This record gives sequence, C-alpha cells and structure tokens, in this order.
Amino acid sequence: MKSFLMIVPDHPTLSALIWAIVLITMLYLARQPAHKAIHSLVATLYRGLRLAARSLMTVEDRMRIRNREVLLEAGKEAAERQIEREFYRIDAVVRRDLADYPALHRKMQDAIERIEDDYGSCTEDMELPSIQGWEKAVDAVAKIPVKGNSMVADVLADINKTFSTSYRDALEEYRQTCNDRISVMSKMAPVWRGLSRTLDKVSRNITDLHKRAGEINGLMQRYEEIQAGSDKAIRMLSSSSITQFFISLFVLVIAVGGAMINFNLIAWPMQEMVGGNSYLMGFKTANIAAMVIILVEITMGLFLMELLRITRLFPMIGSIDDKMRKRMIWICFGILLTLACVESALAFMRDVMAADKQAFNESLRRSMDGTAAAAVTTANRSIPMIAQMVIGFILPFALVFVAIPLESFIHSFRTVIGIVAVWAVRGLAFVLRLSGTLFRQLGTLFEHTYDLIIFVPLWIEKLVHERTHKHKADKLGVAP
Amino acid sequence: MRVVIHALTAMALAMWLSACSDTTSHSRAVYMLIDTSGTYTQEIRKANSIINYLLGNLGPGDSLAVAKIDSGSFSEKDIVAKVTFDSRPSYTNAQKRAFRLKIDEFIKSVKSSGHTDITGGVLQAIEFLNETGAGKRMILIFSDLKEDLRKGQVRNFPIEMKGIEVVAINVTKLRSDNIDPREYMKRLEYWKKRVMAGNGSWRVINDLDNMERLLSGE
Repeated sequence: MKSFLMIVPDHPTLSALIWAIVLITMLYLARQPAHKAIHSLVATLYRGLRLAARSLMTVEDRMRIRNREVLLEAGKEAAERQIEREFYRIDAVVRRDLADYPALHRKMQDAIERIEDDYGSCTEDMELPSIQGWEKAVDAVAKIPVKGNSMVADVLADINKTFSTSYRDALEEYRQTCNDRISVMSKMAPVWRGLSRTLDKVSRNITDLHKRAGEINGLMQRYEEIQAGSDKAIRMLSSSSITQFFISLFVLVIAVGGAMINFNLIAWPMQEMVGGNSYLMGFKTANIAAMVIILVEITMGLFLMELLRITRLFPMIGSIDDKMRKRMIWICFGILLTLACVESALAFMRDVMAADKQAFNESLRRSMDGTAAAAVTTANRSIPMIAQMVIGFILPFALVFVAIPLESFIHSFRTVIGIVAVWAVRGLAFVLRLSGTLFRQLGTLFEHTYDLIIFVPLWIEKLVHERTHKHKADKLGVAP
Repeated sequence: MRVVIHALTAMALAMWLSACSDTTSHSRAVYMLIDTSGTYTQEIRKANSIINYLLGNLGPGDSLAVAKIDSGSFSEKDIVAKVTFDSRPSYTNAQKRAFRLKIDEFIKSVKSSGHTDITGGVLQAIEFLNETGAGKRMILIFSDLKEDLRKGQVRNFPIEMKGIEVVAINVTKLRSDNIDPREYMKRLEYWKKRVMAGNGSWRVINDLDNMERLLSGE
C-alpha cells in the first residue's frame, strides 16, 4: 500500500504533491456531479425532515383539538356537578328554613293583628274630665254681690271646695285612664320584638338564598363560557387541572406512605395466619395477604365514596336506586369496620410477637455476657401496643378518603398528559425543522469546502474564461 | 349445562392459582460442625455466639442442626440438636428456646475427643441438608481444619456437594503453623479444592465480629 502511494521512490513530498494534483484534478472534473449529489442529498434530508415536522404539527393540532374537547367536557361536567350541588344546598336551605314559612306568615299576621288591636284601643277618643254644670254654676256665682255678705262668702267658699274636690277626682280618673293605655302599649313591646326577630330570621334566610343564587349565577356564567369554548375558559380549566394534578399527586404520595405503614404493621403478624415460609410468585404469601387486605380497604373506600356520591368514578354505581345504594353503603362500611378490627387485632399480635422476639434475643444476649435483663415496665409496653392498635384501626378509614384525590388525579392526569404530549410533539417538530435547516446549511458548507479544495483549477478556469470572453469581445468590438 | 360450565371455570381458576404458587424453596438449612478435639474445645464459647446469631436470624421454615466433630463423626449420635422451624413465628420462638437449652447442656458437658473426623461430619451434614430440601444449604465448620483420622478410617474420596456452601469459621493457627505458615495455607487450600471439586462453594470467615456476612453470602 505504501509503495503504491510512493509514486516517486524515496521522495515522499514529491509523491504527495503528485497525488494531490491527481486528486484535485479528479475533484475538479467531478465538481458538477459532486455538487449535484451534495445538493440532492441535502434537499432530500431537508424535505424529509420538513415533511416529518409538518406531519408532527398536524398531529399536534389534532391533539390540541382533542385536548380542548376533553378539557371542555371535563370542565362542563365539573361545572354541572358544582351547580347541581349548589341547587341541592338551596333545596336544603329552602326545606330547612322556608318550609314552615306559611306558619311563620300566620304568626306574623297574628302579631300584627294583636298590635293593631292594642293600637286601636290606645287611640280611642279620650273624654276630658269634666264637672257637670260647672259653667252655669260659675256664671251664677259670678253675678252674686259679695261685698258685706258673709253668707255669700261662705257659699262661695263651699263652692270652691266642691270644685276643688271634683277637679281632683276628674284628674285622678284621667291619670288612671292614661296609665291603663300605657300598660296596654307596654304589653305590645314583646310582640314587636318577636316580630322583629322573625323578620330578621326571614331576612337572614333570604340573604343566604341570595348569596347562593349569586354563586349559582357565577357558576352559570362559567358554564356558559365553557359551553361557548372560549379561550379564557380553556386557560382557566388547564390551569385548574395542572394545580389539581399536583395537589392530588401530593395527597396520593401521603396516602401511599400511610399504606406502607399499614403494610408494615400487618405483614409480619400475617405470617401467623398464612405461614412464614410460604411463597407466591416469588413473594412471601404473608406480604401478599397484607397487601391484598390494604387493597381491599382502598377498594371499599372507593365504593363507599362512590355510593355516597362524593366521587364519580363508576357511573354504574351512581345510577343505583337509593334503597339499594343505602344498603350497599352499610355493607361497605361493615366490611371496612371488620377489616379495621382485623388490622387492630394483627397490630396487637405484632406487639406480642415483637415482645416475645425481644425477650428471646435478650435471653441469648444474657447467655453470652451473663448480665441481668433490663426491667421493662408494663406502661412502657402498653403505650406502643395501644398506639399500634389505634393506628391499625384508623388507617383503613383514613385510606377511604384516598378516593377523592384519586378521582382528581385521574381526571387531571388526562389533561396534564395531553398538555405534555402536545409540548413534546411541538418540541420534536421544532427539532426536525431545525435539523432540516442545519442540513441545508451544511450542504452549502460542503459545496464551498469542495470548491476550496479545488480552488487552483477553479482560479485557472476563471482566468481562462475571462480571457476567452475578452478575446470574443475584442473580435466583436464590444467593450468587456 | 350452566353448572358444568361454572364447575369447569372454577377448576380452571384453581389450576391457574396453583400454577401461580411458588414451588421454589426459599427456606435455609444450616448444619454447624463443632470441632471438639484437643485444645480447640476452648474455642467453644465462640461457637456459642455463632449459634446465637443463627437462632436470632433463622426464621419460620428454616432448619438448623449442630453436631460435634469427634473421632467418628459420620453418625447421627454426633448431632447435638436439630430442628426445622414451624411456619408460625410464635411456635418458632418456642422451638428456638428448646434448641438453646440443648446447646447449653452440650456446652456444659462437652469432652475433648481423641481424633478429628471432619470428613465424616461433612458427609453427615450433606445427608441432613439434602433431606431438608431447603433452597439455601450451608455447612459451617467451626474447626482448625486439621483432620486427624483413626487408623483404618477411609475418607479420601470425592464428596458431592452441589448447591452447598461450606464456610470455615474461626480457623485457628496451630503451633506448627507458626513455625511454617505454609501448613495453614495448605490446609485451607486442601479443603477449598475438595469442596470445589464436589461442586460446592467455599468461604472462610475468621472475623467473628462481622457475623452479618455469614447468612448474607457476601
């Protein structure tokens, strides 16, 4: 190979120069086909990548439309549920507070009538106290000559005394009448207050209803926006879905932690029931049994939440009639309660087993170092035992509520996955477009590099071309 | 017809479930040989700690046997205590307590033997381990590995040890080893070759403070 390359023996530089000239000449001769080949290759790559990018953009468009539809449908369903719930609440308020409105109305009517009666009796024309015929007596007495007549003076004094007594009696009677009226009016006060209270209650109920009506109005507006498929509604729903996704994910992670604690609590004592050396598909049967118990608890929780119409994961359960639904609620609750009791018992057994194992290990240790066992008080032992039993009993019920974040997670997961997929497809399309452009530029770069290698023959060609052109121009007498 | 279909479905389900059940044995069986020859009897306290470790770590379904190495170890009489633990952990603890009592009695009454028939003990161990049908089988040899056979005893033949792990524990150096350490190396090498030739695996653990390695197989 070396001798083949060494055209002039013992002169490597000369050989290399000859090879370079040969190579450059060949490259010069093959310039046009080479350029065409590069151009064709680059164009194929460019078009292929652009086509792929365009296809991906079409897919992205379709996905976006589908996501939008799904999002709107989910939002519509959620809004419908919220509106339905608000109506249920209004129904409850109306049933609770306004169902006895006719009785309330009658009560108010009675109170008003009583007030009216009392008011009527207070406003009857009151006769002013009068002394019968006193005006005439006063006139007659006024005409009697008084001077020097002691008898007249006595009579007048008597009259004066009689008048004074009558006047005092009449005034006393007037005062008595006034007092009677005031006492009637004071009896009206509690009735007024009662009426006022009743009216306040009615006012509160009406305000509450008004508030709920306002909320329904807001929800209806939102529902209409979703129905219209406005961009605002889409933005709102996507943002809400992403928030829901992360919140529910966080709660689910906590629930998984709870389930793991639950598992550790019951897996070991489960060996007493199914044996410690039995295996199923490579896993300890006791562990599988413990896991099955936890999964059954979660399933019962899902059904319970579904039957209580808190979640809506299974449409079939939602459509069960109320009587059957109530029966199933009690069945689910019964199973959960039983499992909780079983877990509590297993937690107790776990503590007993742990104490036995500890005692045995302690005896082994003592047999080695000959020390006495440390005293463990009953209180110290019973606290963790009670705590374990309580945890064992509570955790199944706590796991019931996993259904709520799970539903939220499932619903928001679709939206989030849709959004992520759209971003991924869009990113891929961008990368493909960028690669296409890059290949095109690289093609140009290759062509220029090719020309750079054969710049000497190209320069000669240019010179020859210019001279020929000049010669032709000279012949024709045209200025170059 | 419907009843037949239901019965067939139930049978198919039962068959499928039984097919799912794991037939591989996950239990462990350990056979410990304790050398009671000569001065090695003094090391028995260390053997006690190993037995304690085994009792603390073996669980339901596992098997454990402790046997002594004396002048003729290929005999059931040399088995000090043996047990296969119950599948229920509560019973397992009771069995462990009973086992511990037997070991305590043995330690109190152990007498030094005139010869050391390690091969006989290993053969007895293999027999026991194969009978347990355990998935993981181990022979722990608590000895200085210096075999001293009685006249006429034939032990120089290959031993089949497929699937058995042999662990030499606390292989002490003899006075002669101090003069020529190659003797100690030779002893270890001899047993290693013998075990490997029988398709078994071989380990040596002299550091008794790191007992965790014993059952983990590291």
